[in-house]
Amino acid sequence: MNKYSISIRPFGIHAILLEWPGRVDVAILEDILQFTQYLKECCLKNERWEIVPAYNSVTLIHREEPIDFKEIETKLLNWYKEDIKIVKRQKIVWRLPVCYDENFGIDLNEISQKSEKNIKEIIGLHTSHVYTVFGIGFLPGFTYLGGVPEELQFNRREEPRAKVLRGAVGLAGKQTGIYPQESPGGWNIIGNCPIPMFDPKAEEPCFVSVGDQVQFFKITRAEFDLYKIESEVGIYKLEKTVLDA
Amino acid sequence: MLKVLKSGLFTAVHDIGRYGYLNKGVPVAGFMDGFSAKKANQLLGNDAHAAVLEITMTGPTLMFEDETYISMGGALLYATLNNEPIANYEVIKVKKGDILSYGKLEKGFRNYLAIKGGVKAPLVLGSQSFFSSVTKKNHLDDGDELEYDACSHFEPKISKLKVDSFLDEINLEVSQGPEYGNLSDRQLERLFGKKFSISNENNRMAYQLEEKIEGLQISMITSATLPGTIQLTPSGKLIILMKDGQTTGGYPRILQLSDKAISVLAQKKYGDEVCFKLNSQ
Repeated sequence: MNKYSISIRPFGIHAILLEWPGRVDVAILEDILQFTQYLKECCLKNERWEIVPAYNSVTLIHREEPIDFKEIETKLLNWYKEDIKIVKRQKIVWRLPVCYDENFGIDLNEISQKSEKNIKEIIGLHTSHVYTVFGIGFLPGFTYLGGVPEELQFNRREEPRAKVLRGAVGLAGKQTGIYPQESPGGWNIIGNCPIPMFDPKAEEPCFVSVGDQVQFFKITRAEFDLYKIESEVGIYKLEKTVLDA
Repeated sequence: MLKVLKSGLFTAVHDIGRYGYLNKGVPVAGFMDGFSAKKANQLLGNDAHAAVLEITMTGPTLMFEDETYISMGGALLYATLNNEPIANYEVIKVKKGDILSYGKLEKGFRNYLAIKGGVKAPLVLGSQSFFSSVTKKNHLDDGDELEYDACSHFEPKISKLKVDSFLDEINLEVSQGPEYGNLSDRQLERLFGKKFSISNENNRMAYQLEEKIEGLQISMITSATLPGTIQLTPSGKLIILMKDGQTTGGYPRILQLSDKAISVLAQKKYGDEVCFKLNSQ
């Protein structure tokens, strides 16, 4: 542990921002998640902090009272120096179905032209990689998935669409992700996932956590319709593998 | 039951907001002007965090189907109970069948109607605050009904409070945001030297300001944002995230509003002016 030099800055009077080196890097994310788990389990046990990890940062927010920045900064630096390798974190690899039907994959043709690859090859590339959840934000349950192969890296659309479907699977730069609800959006849409990424009625409203991994698999339109119904009535079984980090 | 005869422009249920789901991308939501809402609640002996109606600009027409006590706070919005004018920050007894209606907005933007014991909307993820994609509704419609507990007798500790003066406040108290250090002297001079006016792009998610400043061309990796975070875009637009604002963002977070400043800004509408005052932290 203590592999990185971290910076700590105030973020208003209720929050504190910890930053790791400014790179998108799985090793940095792992270090952040190990540390935040250590904070939750050992250091801030009975305190009401909300902890928001994303890419190369963690924000700690204390809504109730203003925080004493200097005091918490010192504590955090000391905790980070401690040997916290003992903390075991489970990582889950979720397998999510995507229908790349042309009705859903409205930007597939454009991506195909730009990449000089046929649609089958694009789907093959998108489903053969395993993506890491670097952050959750923008919308409830919107996951920023990193690890997109270079051949599939395209800029966001020049003009964002006013309406992107719920479940739309998009590509933007080094990232891919699923729109958890209908919303405006600028990502290149290549398919749709029938499994809701955010369900306020569920015990765990968003099953994915930062640090988990996602792999997509291709389904037909018929399977899409079936899985959609199955997940609506609560009988769809999510495929997952648990790994020890 | 509270019957919504006419819903007004944008009337919604709000409490203190949603805690504990920021890491899943769920915004805080909750009262935009927490100071006024809490005061209205306190007059009724409610928990300061109890759910109230947040009434924006044009008020609803409401019918009370059970007797209770109410109080209003925040924006000065002309209101009548059975055609008799009533004022903010007063405890008012309401009988079965009474009709509360609103008229002209005089000052501010958001009025809070508190009911003895709190409004009872479904609790979703620990809060009754309306937020689309989490709760069924994000605002009330004509004909909606809301539950509350009937109350026939209540002796308030204080029956009247002096009306807030902060509706006239134009100073927004801010502290440095994480990327404050990237600002040039020129940008700082503009930020703290002149007034800004509220653009017509303003809602519960964010307030944009009309005047641009020199933009910041730094590359940022997406990271957390909070209610009250002021982002500066590369084009020089200033965006102030509010209670329904997104939980992460990729624009530099140059300033952070204080809790009071969030309440002050929540009472501003299109064309109103504000200026920033840096809190020496």
